[in-house]
Order: sequence, then structure tokens, then C-alpha cells
Amino acid sequence: MTASEVASLLSLKSICVPAPEREVLGGYTGDLLSWVMGRAKPDDAWITIMSNQNIAAVAMLTDVSMVILAENVAPDAGVAELCEAKSINLFSSELPAYELCVKLEKLI
Amino acid sequence: MDPLKIHFEVDGEDFSSAGEASVEMKKKLRQLGIPADVIRRCSIAMYEGEINMVIHAHGGTADVEVYPDRIVIILEDHGPGIPDIDLAMQEGYSTANDRIHNMGFGAGMGLPNMKRYTEDMTVESTVGVGTKVTMTVKL
Repeated sequence: MTASEVASLLSLKSICVPAPEREVLGGYTGDLLSWVMGRAKPDDAWITIMSNQNIAAVAMLTDVSMVILAENVAPDAGVAELCEAKSINLFSSELPAYELCVKLEKLI
Repeated sequence: MDPLKIHFEVDGEDFSSAGEASVEMKKKLRQLGIPADVIRRCSIAMYEGEINMVIHAHGGTADVEVYPDRIVIILEDHGPGIPDIDLAMQEGYSTANDRIHNMGFGAGMGLPNMKRYTEDMTVESTVGVGTKVTMTVKL
């Protein structure tokens, strides 16, 4: 399933979607960035409440296919532009991370 | 054969842009046609090192050497040094402050991740002088 399909089925709000056709094969949730770096797999959807600029670098380096900001967290200033430049799909949702994980699990 | 060498300066002042050297290295390794899994491991290991240098050492340098059979990453700083390297290598051990924690770092996973993603890693450190980390990822 592609990132844009996941976004549509989970009713995510698009912040920037430079690579809508990226395949989503799994999911990971976490806010400690080193933990994410050590555990997230390529092509995961990464669900987090961390909103600073470092999420763009972590998303790019781990090769996740999309980042979902849970609980209506808004990205810090400049993060959307950074994600766009690094070809990172960035979305937000009003749902908590747990509920997003449960819903994602049913999709993929 | 001489390796292809890439040099990066890691800015210690700008925490929000930390990771730029790793992202740049990733692009360069892609251009060289290095396998995706190797690039991923090199990039994550280097990013963790970069973050460490920004958090603890006011920046430093990163040198990447690409050989036909391996990639070597050398990170060097003139920070405070690591008094007990074995302790620093333990998952969960961290000396980072609350400001760092609030940014999502300081989980005590940096050095363990660097070791996890590389085939070989050596840490040389002298308190008050600085730290040098050499990592090798086989191709």
C-alpha cells in the first residue's frame, strides 16, 4: 500500500507529500530519535509526537516511507520545507499514536 | 588503490541542522552506487556520531573513506573526552541534559547504535583532549 493510500484510509492531514507512491510495509512508533534510528525499518510508517527539525534527518536516514505526527502535533517552523526538500512524506492526525498503530496494522 | 575521501565539518552550535553531514554522505554514497543497506547503516552510524559531537563536543569533523571492499568513517572532536568508554557503550547510559532529552535525544543509544550498524568500531578518547571514533562497514 502506498503512503497516499494509507493517508487516505487513516484520514490523515497532508503537511507535505513529495513521494506519495512510496510503499508502506510496516510501522514503528517512538519519540526517542536514537531508538527510532535503531529500530525502525525501511518502508515503515513512523508515528511520533516529536516535531522538531531532526525528524526530517531521522526519517531520511532510516528510509521510512512516511512520518505521521500523532495527537494533532504541528511540525516546528521549517520542518515541512525540510521534509519537502528531503523527499519525506509528512502527515498529521488527531488520533493518539496507539490508535494510529492499531488502524495501520489492519491496513498492511 | 587510494580511497575516495569525503570530508565534513560538523557545526557544534546549530543543533537543529545536526545531521547535514550524514544526509550529504548518504547522497554521495547513492551516487557511487553503494548498496542501499550499506548506505543506511553508514548514515545512521554517522548521524549518531554527529549528534554526539553536537551534544557533547561543540562539533568536530567527519571523514568518510570509500574503499572497494569497505567504508570507513572517522569522527574526531576536541570535546571533553569520555572518562569510561565501557560505561558510555552501555545502552541507556547518557550524560545528556533535559534540553537534549526534549529534542528526542539522550536515550543512551548513540554509541550502541553505532556499534550495532558497523562491523568494527574503535573509540579512542582522552579526557580534556577529545574523542576519535573509527567505524568500518563492509561492502
